Amino acid sequence: MALSVDDTTLTEKGLNAPDVKIGRVLLLACGALAHEILALKRLNNWDHMDLKCLPAKYHLYPDKIPKVVEEAVHKHRNDYETIFVVYADCGTGGLLQAKCAELGVEMVAGPHCYSFFEGNDVFAKTSEDEITAFYLTDFLVKQFDAFIMKPMGLDRHPELRDMYFGNYTKVVYQAQINDPVLDAKAQECADKLGLPLERRFTGYGDLEVALKAV
Amino acid sequence: MSDEEDDIILSELSDDELVLQMHDDLYDGMKEEIEESVNILLDRGWMPYDVLTKALVEGMRIVGIDFRDGILFVPEVLLAANAMKGGMFILKPLLAETGAPRLGNMLIGTVKGDIHDIGKNLVTMMMEGAGFEVKDLGINNPVENYLDELDSNEYDILGMSALLTTTMPYMKVVIDTMVEKGMRDDYVVLVGGAPLNEEFGKAIGADAYCRDAAVAVETAKEYMAKKHNQMSA
Repeated sequence: MALSVDDTTLTEKGLNAPDVKIGRVLLLACGALAHEILALKRLNNWDHMDLKCLPAKYHLYPDKIPKVVEEAVHKHRNDYETIFVVYADCGTGGLLQAKCAELGVEMVAGPHCYSFFEGNDVFAKTSEDEITAFYLTDFLVKQFDAFIMKPMGLDRHPELRDMYFGNYTKVVYQAQINDPVLDAKAQECADKLGLPLERRFTGYGDLEVALKAV
Repeated sequence: MSDEEDDIILSELSDDELVLQMHDDLYDGMKEEIEESVNILLDRGWMPYDVLTKALVEGMRIVGIDFRDGILFVPEVLLAANAMKGGMFILKPLLAETGAPRLGNMLIGTVKGDIHDIGKNLVTMMMEGAGFEVKDLGINNPVENYLDELDSNEYDILGMSALLTTTMPYMKVVIDTMVEKGMRDDYVVLVGGAPLNEEFGKAIGADAYCRDAAVAVETAKEYMAKKHNQMSA
């Protein structure tokens, strides 16, 4: 099933659960992961899973994530045998993990999607040597303006760029799929930040591992 | 705030009008105008400390309130901070010469593994504006950097910053090491950064979590007042 919702909608509004429940598992995910989750569902024939995405823009306000996840769990709890939260910690400082434990639902392990796409173990080992890397995923490349340029004010005040990115030395584009169009867009993103680009194909990494275990 | 910036000749404003205009210019992130206004007030015989507190710090206080209330956002605060930095650059050497009051000494730095410094830099600037002497260790600091500097010079406050969920636990490493060395209670430890919260601050043994630069200043002042009262008692 191809995703009919565009990336801007995934950022701003997310994706509703199906009107008619099909699966017995609800994946309650960040909108930034919709394409990847649907691709994995397709590849693995995971018909027992339905997908609902919360707006990806909550990543700009991570303190709101536990509350919106909690609301969505309560809303869908009676409709599904299992709800699996497809977020990592995502800047919530452990509060999302605590909320999920309180709600009795599982979530993806790891600090953020850059980590689980690369593989949490690998990322934990390499990230110490890469603290000056700014990570982008396929979704962030596509939504670069919505997540970086506009909220940081760089579209209006490009002079702020070095205040934000002066300590970074490179952009690491973690590619989930091979797409020359995205590669070119990633280069544009890196150019906007004045940083060299390193492309790294990750595929779906630990996201697939986590979903397989559900 | 004002739409008529182009029509205003700063040097023709009275002192009171100029100070209010500086609040507007800070709000709008107008660095050159702030620098010009600082020099005008100094030329008129203002004490550097008065220029700092009545014009710059008060202006940033307003910016801080609107940031807290969701009226201003990070880019606007950064522009305002940049404007204040321009004014501070002129005032800083003069403040030392004119014996401006000092509230205390702070050591600040972003923890190991973390290169984010926007919040830390804001705190540094606001603390300096409030009358603290601040030594900034910069980014990516292992515990040794903090401890060596604390040993080498007199400090009242240690401030630590982290933006990442993965790096914020390192604050506990620093505090635990201070405890091991029997020096934890010699300092007020303040922590801050986007993923932190009050519970985390308590859990790692910090004295306080500060959600923004304005709170950091107020918290630091409170602790210094307590310390002063204890010493007087």
